[in-house]
Amino acid sequence: MNAFLTQAAKARWPLPALVILGFAIAILSQYQPIFSGYTQIILITIGINIILCASLNLVNGYMGEFSVGHAGFMSLGAYTSAVFTTKWLPDIPMLFPVAVIFGGMIAAIIGFLLALLSFKTRGDYLAIITLAFLMIVKSTWENITYVGGPAGLLGVNKMTTLPWTLFWVVVTILVIRNLIYSKFGRAIIAIREDEIAANAMGVRVREAKILAFVVSSFFGGVAGALYAHLNFINPKYFDIVKSTEILVMVYLGGVSSLGGSILGAVIFTVLFNKLEPLGYWRMAILSAMLIALMLFRPRGIMGMRELTWLLPKRELFPKGVVEKP
Amino acid sequence: MSTLLEIAGVTKRFGGLCAISDCNVSVQTGHAHGIIGPNGAGKTTLFNLITGIYKPTEGAIRFRGESIGGLRPSRIANIGIGRTFQNIRLCKALTVLDNVRIAFDSQLRYSPIEALFRLPRSAHDEQRSIDESMALLQPFGLASHAHDIAGDLPYGLQRKLEIARALALKPDLLLLDEPAAGMNTGETAALTEFLRWVRTEFKVTLVLIEHHMHLVMNLCDHITVLDFGQTIADGTPAEIRANPRVIEAYLGGTEDEQG
Repeated sequence: MNAFLTQAAKARWPLPALVILGFAIAILSQYQPIFSGYTQIILITIGINIILCASLNLVNGYMGEFSVGHAGFMSLGAYTSAVFTTKWLPDIPMLFPVAVIFGGMIAAIIGFLLALLSFKTRGDYLAIITLAFLMIVKSTWENITYVGGPAGLLGVNKMTTLPWTLFWVVVTILVIRNLIYSKFGRAIIAIREDEIAANAMGVRVREAKILAFVVSSFFGGVAGALYAHLNFINPKYFDIVKSTEILVMVYLGGVSSLGGSILGAVIFTVLFNKLEPLGYWRMAILSAMLIALMLFRPRGIMGMRELTWLLPKRELFPKGVVEKP
Repeated sequence: MSTLLEIAGVTKRFGGLCAISDCNVSVQTGHAHGIIGPNGAGKTTLFNLITGIYKPTEGAIRFRGESIGGLRPSRIANIGIGRTFQNIRLCKALTVLDNVRIAFDSQLRYSPIEALFRLPRSAHDEQRSIDESMALLQPFGLASHAHDIAGDLPYGLQRKLEIARALALKPDLLLLDEPAAGMNTGETAALTEFLRWVRTEFKVTLVLIEHHMHLVMNLCDHITVLDFGQTIADGTPAEIRANPRVIEAYLGGTEDEQG
């Protein structure tokens, strides 16, 4: 059994196998009562959180910046996709994927503009800019009566299903994986490691930063669109506390690790729901956990390491095959 | 022989401080050109001006006859000027191979969309970047360390890796900022031979800042001496050795003061 597990950890087939199995169960669960309604909601929430966590990790982990505006991109995707399905082209379930992509695109465009404005600043200053962005977006929704103002947008159809969530999780992880293991991903990481050296090596710093920001905000918007078609949406939901929750997931699972993002989102969502009876003490306990984690494992559970299943084949190097010169 | 790099009347002021004033250096194609001078003479500032980290306050920097003063550092790297740093600047958390690939990447032409969806050209280019970077590591004795973390390498190998990384840009001009820093006499002699080999193997013109006189005098075809941001001497190693102003700058004090 152990030998089988070690083999499976190194092999290429388990990940596609798990994904296919996941889809089979997800689709079957639409027709058979495999999961209770509560379990379904938890599973979908885990999926949405994986998308949020992996996309924020691109900016906060791989690029080493500190953005606190992810809930803002989430709300952009949530509101624009919900307006699309409730007001512009209502009651056409087939258009749901289009609405999700539309939500992501709007978030990506705003992300692009924000990146243009802020690419000169780093660290604390970028955190402040993203915080300001978050507040602007939130008060914009509160002041537009077309989207319900402070009361939120009502009457959104619950179209986010388990198969759709899984589909978007797979797309998110694959696309971000492809980006990280491309020249653009290496550029993003090089900027984090040493911006001056990256420049001297011909890395187009601006281009790489903007790309990371755009991809990150696109998937933030996608997560928002999925969320909007699961719950009713309210501007108060997309505040700094929501951003903080995503940050906790990123740093819990591990910076610069997609495997870590999946793990972080799963652990956080399960604990968050299991600890619900504790009421206000829930956040205190989760925060205490984060403090403990930062003290004993500051880069998170899987910080800077990756699940081998997620590495592209060409990046897999068995030790010792390189001949000595 | 043609001029590859020309620094003409360059001045760089930081507020009231004049780090470089009216500096003139002309580097010939194929030469190894030494830049020496006491600490604080403005040597590293000069490198930072050439590579675009600073913009010159006055004067022109020409590379292959074209003005490059004020271009972005990444642009200057891509037109063929590679460099190393006085305090090694590697991406320490990345593997040796990835450090070289980062420099090699600007030769890859695929677009962001091709990267995100892993279209054929990106996959093909990525494989090429691995193969060519490995081939570059081979002669540096770094191929067996390709998958080690760069920050874990011993100091001497980190220096070599920094040079290999700069060469991945396929530069015409390589700027080396104190390559022998922290090396003993034996290691410096080996480095001299190594740099000679780099120069012929990669057909690259070298400009080096160095304090080890033995290395400079042995390797360089031409030497420029800076002091207080100004060129105080320029010539072949033999001429420099005999130049009284150089001796004065290095030993401090003049005969007048002593007398």
